[in-house]
Amino acid sequence: MKQNRYIRQTSLKDFGPERQEMLQKARVLVIGAGGLGIPVLQYLSAMGVGVLGVVEQDVVELSNLQRQVLYGEKDVAKPKIEVVLKKLREMNSEILFHGHDTFLTPSNALEIVSDYDLVVDASDNFATRYLINDACVILGIPFVSGAIHGFEGQVSVFNYQDGPTYRCLFPTPPEPGSIKDCNANGVLGVIPGIIGSLQAMEVVKVLTEMPGILKGKLLIYHGIDQSLRQITFPAIPANKTRKALESIYETPDCARVPTVGVERLKKELTENPEGIMLLDVRTAEEYREDGLEEATHIPLEDLEKYGEKLPLQKTVYCICRSGSRSLTAARNLLDARGNLRVYSVEGGMEAWQKHFGIFGEAGSV
Amino acid sequence: MKILLFGITRDITGKAELELSEKTASALRNVKDLREFIIGEYPELKSLSSMAIAVNNEYATGETGIGQEDEIALIPPVSGG
Repeated sequence: MKQNRYIRQTSLKDFGPERQEMLQKARVLVIGAGGLGIPVLQYLSAMGVGVLGVVEQDVVELSNLQRQVLYGEKDVAKPKIEVVLKKLREMNSEILFHGHDTFLTPSNALEIVSDYDLVVDASDNFATRYLINDACVILGIPFVSGAIHGFEGQVSVFNYQDGPTYRCLFPTPPEPGSIKDCNANGVLGVIPGIIGSLQAMEVVKVLTEMPGILKGKLLIYHGIDQSLRQITFPAIPANKTRKALESIYETPDCARVPTVGVERLKKELTENPEGIMLLDVRTAEEYREDGLEEATHIPLEDLEKYGEKLPLQKTVYCICRSGSRSLTAARNLLDARGNLRVYSVEGGMEAWQKHFGIFGEAGSV
Repeated sequence: MKILLFGITRDITGKAELELSEKTASALRNVKDLREFIIGEYPELKSLSSMAIAVNNEYATGETGIGQEDEIALIPPVSGG
C-alpha cells in the first residue's frame, strides 16, 4: 500500500491504520452494478476494500444514465460488468476485482456468495432479494441491503450475528404485480446515490467492527421530507435455521432479461457474426415467411429440448415477431443456464423490417 | 392517530400521512383492526400482504395494541436498485 493513499481516514482517531487493515483483508460481493451498486463499488474501492466481487449481466441502457453515474453515453449497449471493472481498476489498482458475468440464480448463488465475507444487496427485484437473503442465511454471511422507490429508500444490515433477516421484516415476497419491480418503477436519479452511500457506510462499519450497525433496524430515507427514520424489528429464530434455497424465486421479466434494439443486432451481425447466435423462436410458418438468413430456427416450444446445446461462448439473441415470445425464450434460457449471455431483441422482426426492410437492407429489394 | 405512509402506500393514497379522528381511532384496538380499516378506505392496499406496520418506530404484529397518541408507519418492501 502506498503510504499516503488512505491517510485522510487512517488519521481518524476512531478509524486508524488498524481498521484500514481490516478493510484491506475483507472480501465483499456486490450484487448489481446499477443505481445502488455503483456508489457502493466506487466508495469501497476508493477506500481500499481488499477484494471486490461484482455480479451483473445487464447491458448499459440510455435510461440508466440518469442515476447510474459511472456510465457514459459511449457505454450504452456495452455489458455493465466490463465497463464497471475497467473504470474501478483505473480508480484503484490495489484492489482485486472479481467479475461474475451472470445473474444470481438458485443454481449459482451459494457457490458465488460462499467466496465472500459480506454481501451487498444492490439488486433491483424481489426475487433476487429473497435469493440473496436465503443464500446468506444458509452460509452464515451478513448482508447490507438497500432498496429504492421513487423519492425514498430503505437500508438495513441483515443476518449480522444474532440479528434478524430480510424475512423477519418481510416474510414472503409480495404478490406478483402488487408492487412494481425493477425498471417498471420511477426513481429520482439522486436517490440511489444517497441510499448506496448509506450502504457503503454500513459495509465499512461491519468490516471494521464499528458500533451502531443497522442490525435489527430499518433505516427509511425520504428525499422530499429529508427525513431519516429508524424502525426496530426483532429476529425470528426460525428464519435463521434455513438449510436450503427455495426451488423457484419468481423473477419478473424486466429484471432478468436484457433487451437490445435492432440496430445493435444489425451491428453485431455485421461486425461480429462468429460471436453471436441469432435465434428465431417463432413457428416454422413464420420463420419460412421472413426469417433472416443468419438466424437459427428453434420454435419457443422446442427450446427446452435444445437449450442445453446452445454454445456458451456465443451471445444469443432471441427474436420473434414483436418481442414478446423472445422475452419468454430468453428468460427460460437464463433460468436453465444462468451463465449464458442472452438478449431479447426489442420489437422483434416487426422492428427489424421497419428499420431495415424485409430483406435486411431497406430498399435493397 | 397519525399514520405515516411509505413506498407504494404513498403512491396509492396520494398522501404522505393520514390523520385519524379520535372517534375513528378509538374503535381500533390493535394493528389488525387498523390494517382492516385502512384496506376498507383504500382497497388497493389489500394486495400488500407483505407490508410491515410499525407503531412508534417499532415493528408490530397484528396483536400489538394501538392508541390515540401512537404514530403508525406503513412500510411495504421496495425493490428498486
